[in-house]
Amino acid sequence: MMQWLYKLGSPKHFYQMTSATLKPLSWITGVLMMVGVVWGLGFAPPDYQMGDNYRIIYLHVPTAMGAMGAFVMLALMAAMYMIWQIKMADLISKAIAPVGAWLCTLCLLTGSLWGRPTWGTYWIWDARLTSTLILLFLYLGIIALRSAYHSEKIAAKASAVLALVGVVNVFVIYYSVQWWNTLHQGASKLSASNDGVNPPEIWIPAFFCGFGVIGLYLLFIILRTRVEILRHERHSQWVQEMLLEEADL
Amino acid sequence: MTQPLIHTHKLSCERDERMLFTDLELTLHAGEAIHLAGSNGSGKTTLLRILADLNHDFTGEFSWQGKLVQHSPMAHEDYRLNMFYLGHSPGISRALTPLQNLTWFCALQGIDSENEEQILEVLRIQGLAGYENLPCYQLSAGQQRRVSLARLFLTNARLWLLDEPFTALDKQAVKELEAKVSTFVRGGGSVVLTTHHELRLDCPLRELNLDHPAQTLHEFAEEGR
Amino acid sequence: MSRNDRLFHPILATLQRELLLGLRNPGAVLNPLFFFVIATSLFPLGGSANPEWLGSIAPGVIWVMALLSVMLSMESLFRNDFEDGSLEVLLLSPQPLYFHVLMKVVGHWLLSGLPIAVLSPLLAYMLALPTVGYYPLIYGLLLGTPTLSLIGAIGTALTVGIGRSGLLLAVIVLPLCIPVLVFGAGLVETALVGLPVRGIASVMGAMLVGAVIGAPLAISAALRISVN
Repeated sequence: MMQWLYKLGSPKHFYQMTSATLKPLSWITGVLMMVGVVWGLGFAPPDYQMGDNYRIIYLHVPTAMGAMGAFVMLALMAAMYMIWQIKMADLISKAIAPVGAWLCTLCLLTGSLWGRPTWGTYWIWDARLTSTLILLFLYLGIIALRSAYHSEKIAAKASAVLALVGVVNVFVIYYSVQWWNTLHQGASKLSASNDGVNPPEIWIPAFFCGFGVIGLYLLFIILRTRVEILRHERHSQWVQEMLLEEADL
Repeated sequence: MTQPLIHTHKLSCERDERMLFTDLELTLHAGEAIHLAGSNGSGKTTLLRILADLNHDFTGEFSWQGKLVQHSPMAHEDYRLNMFYLGHSPGISRALTPLQNLTWFCALQGIDSENEEQILEVLRIQGLAGYENLPCYQLSAGQQRRVSLARLFLTNARLWLLDEPFTALDKQAVKELEAKVSTFVRGGGSVVLTTHHELRLDCPLRELNLDHPAQTLHEFAEEGR
Repeated sequence: MSRNDRLFHPILATLQRELLLGLRNPGAVLNPLFFFVIATSLFPLGGSANPEWLGSIAPGVIWVMALLSVMLSMESLFRNDFEDGSLEVLLLSPQPLYFHVLMKVVGHWLLSGLPIAVLSPLLAYMLALPTVGYYPLIYGLLLGTPTLSLIGAIGTALTVGIGRSGLLLAVIVLPLCIPVLVFGAGLVETALVGLPVRGIASVMGAMLVGAVIGAPLAISAALRISVN
């Protein structure tokens, strides 16, 4: 196990080990998404309350989970980089930040599409929407800080510190936004949460979509990390040899 | 044989995908001075900043009196108390007066700063009598440099790391600084300095040229033993 | 000197130096205050002078403006020290950097956050805030602005190596300040409707304690990264 982790910590081994996983992961993700989306959008029965509108949650919920999960993973990578100076952790966190920001954006977009027919408006200052918006701001700050530095080493360390400060803060932010929302009642009265028990025809496709988006998210991160590895290791022997081999083929 | 003040083992530093130096073995005993030579960009400043514990982007080890500086908090504090670093920037605030700047410096270094007389005396030696209470932005570049160098007369450090200390000084001041460094080294202090100026020190001085790769560095290490 | 003197004397010297620097450069101290007053006065001009409307937005406006003024004042915290090399002297001091940066932030707050809290009743009056809101506004600001300074100092330390970084500082720091803003303005609004505010004040106090303990760690780490 330790050996395996140690190997993942080396850019060369990470690159080689992920090479083999790319194809199966893409297939699994593709199948999950296809089944989930076709079943969910095409065949699942309409909701007795919201009609067909609810179907956006097949994308909305997984992106929301992904956006938050990505931030925790970003902070974990930042901590690993700061404590053990594992270069791989930084390359991964560099790859995660934009993916997380996109998931946040998608979550907000699908949320507002759902909000229009449900609440009658594309945007309300609902606690969850607001928290997601602030999470997006945090992602943008981390991306902006990293791109402001010319030196990659300083950029890596500075954005790791910011990610750690951000993850400590993110819980306080969620709590404060919850509280703020109860202080300004009104908005939350509109939230039409469906507490009824959903039939399996509704939630099984949601599972497919959920795992599909997770697969997609892993795929993006792995692909982006591989690009970062190539860029970072472009002068090393193994990359040069690999490129020569591919040129020969 | 006495323990060296500073010893580096396999010290290597890479910057922008270029090795500045590899496997540097540098030994410095009390009462020795080293002149870091080399062309622009050869890594003189980087090496000094590594030795000053400001730059941590290196591989290898670096110990102070036999203890690794990075890993031992005690050695760390001891090192901070005994090392004086003069960088490119003066390290004095332009908005404050020479007296205020030096009082703060003394407080940080644990030098008895109740003794304002001592600071005034040092400023007098530096030819800054009458300027003690003017904000530093009213002083000339050379005068500001002298305020910065006045710290050499106040610190109790046993090791000085001086990066281009002669910049912006007039001939008289250069001579005085050379004399100060010589006296310090003869009295058991140690100095590592960089300069493009022709050094005239009255004390043992070795030269380490960073332009020449590993080979010279090993010879240098032998010479140092 | 005893062990305590060896720590306290140097860090008090850093506090003293910070205050001296502030007094030597009155512009850096006064400009954020002027901004606070001027920008707040824009709301009646851009909105309406109707006291009822002004009174309803006053807590939020004053808090947002206080937040922005603190952020504007933060840039000067490490900038000059970075440029003239004093920051290196600080980093190389034998004492833990933690206490030095804490003292720098305290010194900076005494000249930025504290005057804002002191000035706030004036603006509250101009914005027709009902009088029950005055005390909660002032002690909310007294509890909240040090937290803002500490959070802002993390951002300043992270960006001090990048030339003109005012906007970048705002982008990375403002989201982190949201909880302070929410509870600070919420404290006043809760008081306005006559509900107890002790709980909210405790939360703000807890955030301040957390920031005092945690932020200097992040600031020190960030400074060591920036001065490399």
